[in-house]
Amino acid sequence: MTTAVELAAAVRTGTATARQVLEEHLGRIAVRDGELHAFNEVTGDAARVAADAVDARAGRGEDPGPLAGVPVALKDNLCTRGVPTTCSSKILAGWKPPYDATVVQRLAAAGAVVIGKTNLDEFAMGSSTENSAFGPTRNPHDPSRVPGGSSGGSAAAVAAGFAPLALGSDTGGSIRQPAALCGVVGVKPTYGLVSRYGLIAFASSLDQIGPFAASVEDAAVLLEVIAGHDPLDSTSLDRPAPELASQLGRGVAGLKVGLVTELTGEGIEPEVAERTRQAAAALEAAGAVVREVSVPSLTYGLSAYYLIAPAEASSNLARYDGVRYGLRATGAEDITQMYGATRAAGFGPEVKRRIMLGTYALSAGYYDAYYGKAQKVRTLIVRDFAAAYAEVDVLLSPTTPSVAFPLGAKTADPLSMYLNDVCTIPSNLAGHPAISVPFGTGASGLPVGVQLMAPALGEATMFRAAAAVEAAARHLTPVEVT
Amino acid sequence: MALPEGWEMVCGLEVHCELNTATKLFCSCPNDFGSEPNTNVCPVCLGLPGSLPVLNGQAVELAIRIGTALGCEVKPSIFARKNYFYPDMPKDYQVSQYDKPINVDGFLDLPDGSQVGIERAHMEEDTGKSSHAGGTGRISSSTHSLVDYNRAGVPLVEIVSRPDIFSADQARAYAAELRSILVATGASDGKMEEGSMRVDANVSVRHPGDPLGTRCEIKNLNSLRSLVRGIEYEAARQVELIESGKKVRQETRHWDEGAGRTRTGRVKEEADDYRYFPEPDLVPLAPDAAWVEAVRSALPVLPAARRRALAAAAGLEPATELVVTAVERGLDAFVLEAVAAGAEARTALNRAVNDLPVNVSWGSAQLTATGSLSADGAVQVTSFAALIGLEVSGALTATQAKKVLEALFERGGDADPAALAAELGFEAMAADTLATSVDDVVAAHPGDWASYVGGNDKVAGMFVGKVMKATKGKADGKAVTALLQQRRAAEAP
Repeated sequence: MTTAVELAAAVRTGTATARQVLEEHLGRIAVRDGELHAFNEVTGDAARVAADAVDARAGRGEDPGPLAGVPVALKDNLCTRGVPTTCSSKILAGWKPPYDATVVQRLAAAGAVVIGKTNLDEFAMGSSTENSAFGPTRNPHDPSRVPGGSSGGSAAAVAAGFAPLALGSDTGGSIRQPAALCGVVGVKPTYGLVSRYGLIAFASSLDQIGPFAASVEDAAVLLEVIAGHDPLDSTSLDRPAPELASQLGRGVAGLKVGLVTELTGEGIEPEVAERTRQAAAALEAAGAVVREVSVPSLTYGLSAYYLIAPAEASSNLARYDGVRYGLRATGAEDITQMYGATRAAGFGPEVKRRIMLGTYALSAGYYDAYYGKAQKVRTLIVRDFAAAYAEVDVLLSPTTPSVAFPLGAKTADPLSMYLNDVCTIPSNLAGHPAISVPFGTGASGLPVGVQLMAPALGEATMFRAAAAVEAAARHLTPVEVT
Repeated sequence: MALPEGWEMVCGLEVHCELNTATKLFCSCPNDFGSEPNTNVCPVCLGLPGSLPVLNGQAVELAIRIGTALGCEVKPSIFARKNYFYPDMPKDYQVSQYDKPINVDGFLDLPDGSQVGIERAHMEEDTGKSSHAGGTGRISSSTHSLVDYNRAGVPLVEIVSRPDIFSADQARAYAAELRSILVATGASDGKMEEGSMRVDANVSVRHPGDPLGTRCEIKNLNSLRSLVRGIEYEAARQVELIESGKKVRQETRHWDEGAGRTRTGRVKEEADDYRYFPEPDLVPLAPDAAWVEAVRSALPVLPAARRRALAAAAGLEPATELVVTAVERGLDAFVLEAVAAGAEARTALNRAVNDLPVNVSWGSAQLTATGSLSADGAVQVTSFAALIGLEVSGALTATQAKKVLEALFERGGDADPAALAAELGFEAMAADTLATSVDDVVAAHPGDWASYVGGNDKVAGMFVGKVMKATKGKADGKAVTALLQQRRAAEAP
């Protein structure tokens, strides 16, 4: 498959047109998205206008940008001016944002062509994309299985070749987990590196937008385009976008890599654990120094996350009340009834569950025991990570405990679903970057992903290690079933 | 209106003031009163999905001005979300400050010498405005409601006093003093009628020395007059309840200006649970010390200090009504300038407060750089001082001086008060002319004169009136009285 970098180069040099590239991808979507349902909406007409504009610029001898003519799929919780932005929820029915998210503006400025809005777990709450009000997305590698979530539509779109690049959002693993399950690269950047302006909030202190791509290099180029300070987001870091792609070839000789003890033992399926060990060995073979590192408080990450994220969500989602936009229940006698009926009809069960959890966690008399204590755990995790990074440059772990599971396998048991994010949540709690890189397949032939984590703003080093893992993955043999 | 013997009212005030910023607290929409509904709005202040707040630096500066003017400590602070559902609140949470407010522990000195503690003065965003249509205007009879979000996101500072207020008059003085500080510092225009300053009162009653009683929060106090009436009514209501063996229920009550009473609003069965938590979309606010000091040192002289300065110049107590009124109307600087130009202070103060035209709308900073009153008319401070000089020397009577002042105002500029007095026919009478006049009047009324000499002071007024009439008002009443007394002393046996 042609990479995004190659496509952009072809469009910039005139050996291909953006319109040709777009039509090719629209063709693939037409053939297979009926089955996979990666997209909530394919914006073909607007994409054609955008692609023609890129070609016109190239025709005038102007540089259309580093992503010239590259189709990009957007998770449907990123605001797009005049295009429905649903969060895969009934409650936002009919709402069209009057503005573009900052990342959408930056994509356009870089010459990228938005091809459509992808499916997700409602308001990004889930790990399988089965919590979408519009039906689940299926895994391109095995349509009877989930693509992961919550950015399952974006992961599936890249895996199926519907778009070379996609954006997702990652609150507890929502980019990396589906990337692993769909066999693509997924990146959760340092908190504050990418503007959240125009990302419909799930949990504000954890949410971060990041790239999906078929290669580490493509992911690096996309992150360079969307990163950098934005005055519209107060939590945006006041620093320029990092240089990533140019650093990939530097290798990992002497790089210190820690294999995380707490994320390689109990609860991790053997095929995934085996691939993770092989990735460690591959890094060592490439010149890195690998050792096992313990980060003890990580085991409390999941519990802390399921207090902090729902608490923030309970407040962030209060505004969907039927007064100003979206769904409004009819027949209510007064405003209180209208609120209740609208939210009862508009939100799905998982969203309701988390709003209730979060409301409870913030209630008077419980705040200290739940939200307050969870924030303390967060501080401990940051401290333990800092201790680990005093010893090593990057940390290595599986991205997920298992490969893609069948649709419906975990929907009846929320806790087993939540456990999918045990490896990814700590980076969100700490605000650190992490990347999932495909590393072969498991015994079932389904993709396995390994995760590299780095301290805040350690993206350049993290991408360098990821490139080495990606290179090693090309020479893997099928995993032995023991 | 006093409470029955043995009762004491305790009151704390919560004052919300809208800050005088160009734009809203978290977005660049104009902070304007009176625009067409829903025209000053954007994704941020409408709370649209995906929008994020960015703190307005000017609002922070004005909040620091208020804090430093109230003697508060300015501290590192964080914003918090106060969660509750209401249609005029776009996000269904209000961004406010909770356990870490920007200003804490200040005080306000009142003209009567009392001091009211300030617990905190924190920043928050205003809500939109609901109106209820299709009925009598009350929510219960309406068929639908309309919401104007122009006010949503307007920056507010909420100033919370300690329960250090013990009468309605003191509450009034507190609110008036606070308003003058808000205006003087430029932080807010303090207009209660436009809602840019809103006062809620927490009122309870007790027997002096007892612990605080159960309080009620009184809302809808839209003027200083309502504040006084509402508090007095509420304290009396509570005393009556307790004396008839009932209990005060903790609740929010609304002042009904027309009916002259408070009515039950919302009963608080238990404390509201607003589920406060730190606002994750904003970063902690830590104004650096140099900035705070710069703001503090740029503060104008505040009313309490202005009262002290004026009182010292006039040899009066700062709490004197004349002094308080002069500062309230922003006339103190003008008077002090006149004193510096040679005017006698107390006379100048009297004329400035009582005899400048009252239809002039006094704000602060009336004194322009050129030293004139920048009202409709203008009086040069030098002209004013010269006029006071004429009055003090006896060249003009008080009545004449007031008329010349009026003429000065009409004429404006640097008109010469002596020339104006001459124009009005107010030349002071020569002493011998006046004495002749008095002789004539005495000679014409021998019976009355004998009575006066015999000790009947009541006829003195008659003599003064006759002399005034004879001199067509040019005589100085005081001088006439003095002449009469001299003459009586000379004749008395």
